[in-house]
Amino acid sequence: MSSTLRPGEPTVAPAAAPSSGAASEVIEELTASDALVAETFSEYVGGWWKRVRAGQSGILPVLAGLVLLVIIFQVLNSNFLTAANLTNLMTQGAPYILLGMAEVFVLLLGEIDLSIGYVAGISATVTLELAAYPHPEPWWVAILAGLAAAAFLGLVQGTLITRLGLPSFVVTLGGLLGFEGLMLFLLENNSVASGGTVGITNNILSDVVNGNLDPAVGWIAMIAVVAIAGFFFWRRDFLRRRAGLAAPPAALTYLKIAAMAAAGIVVVWICNTNRGRISTLEGVPWVVPITLVILVGWTFLLGRTRYGRYIYAIGGNAEAARRAGISLGRIRTIAFVLTAMTAGAAGIVYASQLGSISNGMDGGTLVLDAVAAAVIGGTSLFGGRGKMLHALIGGIIIAAIANGMGLLGLSAAAQYMITALVLVAAVTVDALSRRGATSTR
Amino acid sequence: MQGARAASAARAPGGASAPATPVGEPLLQLRAINKSFGSVRALSDITMEVPAGQVTALVGDNGAGKSTLIKAIAGIAPPDHGEIYWKGKPVRIHTPRDASALGIATVFQDLALCDNLDIVQNLYLGRERLRARTLDENTMELGAKQALADLSVVTVRSIRQLVASLSGGQRQAVAVAKAVMGNAELVIMDEPTAALGVTQTAQVLALIKRLAERGIAVLVISHNLRDVFEVADRIAVLYLGRLAGEGPIAEFDTQNTVEMITTGAATPRSAANSAAPSTDDAKDH
Repeated sequence: MSSTLRPGEPTVAPAAAPSSGAASEVIEELTASDALVAETFSEYVGGWWKRVRAGQSGILPVLAGLVLLVIIFQVLNSNFLTAANLTNLMTQGAPYILLGMAEVFVLLLGEIDLSIGYVAGISATVTLELAAYPHPEPWWVAILAGLAAAAFLGLVQGTLITRLGLPSFVVTLGGLLGFEGLMLFLLENNSVASGGTVGITNNILSDVVNGNLDPAVGWIAMIAVVAIAGFFFWRRDFLRRRAGLAAPPAALTYLKIAAMAAAGIVVVWICNTNRGRISTLEGVPWVVPITLVILVGWTFLLGRTRYGRYIYAIGGNAEAARRAGISLGRIRTIAFVLTAMTAGAAGIVYASQLGSISNGMDGGTLVLDAVAAAVIGGTSLFGGRGKMLHALIGGIIIAAIANGMGLLGLSAAAQYMITALVLVAAVTVDALSRRGATSTR
Repeated sequence: MQGARAASAARAPGGASAPATPVGEPLLQLRAINKSFGSVRALSDITMEVPAGQVTALVGDNGAGKSTLIKAIAGIAPPDHGEIYWKGKPVRIHTPRDASALGIATVFQDLALCDNLDIVQNLYLGRERLRARTLDENTMELGAKQALADLSVVTVRSIRQLVASLSGGQRQAVAVAKAVMGNAELVIMDEPTAALGVTQTAQVLALIKRLAERGIAVLVISHNLRDVFEVADRIAVLYLGRLAGEGPIAEFDTQNTVEMITTGAATPRSAANSAAPSTDDAKDH
């Protein structure tokens, strides 16, 4: 379009001749963005490889780690890669993924929420108690009430943090303690809870994790999702080209759509394989599309709306955001509400998986798993960097470790230590690659 | 380096190139600005003017009141007494919003950019374009491309690269583009070349000249007199909160400026020095 954006040497004012050192420095830093202006497939791949070498590898090392984990577990126990176990893994991973996504909102702001484990517990308790006999509310009333309770807790904490300027670590540490107390109170002072446990009596609440889509419906839904997503991918590139902007090569877009279709086919195929021993058990568990809908919704919120943009801006440079006229307090408070609501959804999924919610729920461990899921996936603890997708991948890794080690019959002691090693390894790889990235600056 | 001083002489004087300002009327006039912090008088009776289409350099030693003065103009710390005239009319600037409503944009030393966002996202931060309630990225990208092309001084490979990957000069250009995109008529820059290398300093100085060529008034604080003499059309010297000297660049040279900065007064300028600028017109771009 204009000469400004052509690849080439930077315009330098005539008064000063660029020293060769400075010039090579400029060229060096520009290579990082090669992929952004690539128009052909080979250019794109070349640019991508340069980015990987410069430490901007993105999600790739995490995926490689996941593949490595899967290979190790499969070699040690051939039951790991069976349809039954993989479907199990998906349902086991859902609470971690949802809690990880909840944490991403506040991590992007450079804050943390330690209370989401028990926020999830309270949401599940409210939902299950309302849906319990003898006076059951409809399932959707119970779920809305549970989410509303979670949102309220998030609002209280968010308001304390933003209006009074208290550190989120301390306020939500208070939440971690106080909400466990509140959950115990709810479980001990309600006639539907016996012995500190409320069971699920509503079929729909139980089906969230235990129900399956009809195999044919699974296929149709998958094809529809891939087609719609593929259309939006294609349309985005089309509109960019029409506006005269650099768009990624068409081949790459088709490759992405093909990869998405392949992933969809594999997931539905695995889930549609009969995994029952006595009677037929097949189909995609409901929780898979539920998690995907939340993932897509939050990804859209973060990537395509003003609100999402402001979350990244505040996490990157709060002072710059303030000077741009962004209301920091409002954005932050809403983020804590969204975190709590997502945690509430995670709690309902968690209870559905267990068939009940009890006073033995360990919300402290859950929140640490949630932070671990987000961080393993690549979200920064220091704000400004991260995606909802990171929680998906991190959550799957956490669930895969627990699942694989369970299959191997490892003790809880070994499981904790190995999870810790994976977490530290993920953060180390991230830090080292970042160091590689900054050294070229 | 010194040769570029001639650029100032070649440029049209006064605010003639800015249509909104009447000819001969300075864009911004300060009259008897006073500001005290407790018993310390940070600014006393500052009277100066900032014409459109020209670069005015504000120089002075540490603690001379440079930052206090620009904070007064930017609405961050309003003056205690004194009047500010904008296009000949008295105005009150009590908040940064007042300043930006008038068309005054300030580029602070920290630049206020989000490293984790790309250039387009930074340029439109706080004023994103929407279509169907979602971000209209293509419109913003085209606008950002245009804004940077208008400055035509610093090139970037892609406006979708993160600001973290930019050099100091490029970052300065993005910050200035961000300021100018709000239809600023006066851009205040605080130490824009501090901590920059030779190449990048040259880029930023070219950027400042480019702004002035577009009819924008530029008020620039600098410690570096070489930079000042390269870009400025006018100089205002502050000494312990008062104006030690103000006027067109031709009335100053390095020697008497340094004297003013350090002692608050200067010996008259020698004839030999005043002849110097006319010799190197050729280096003007």
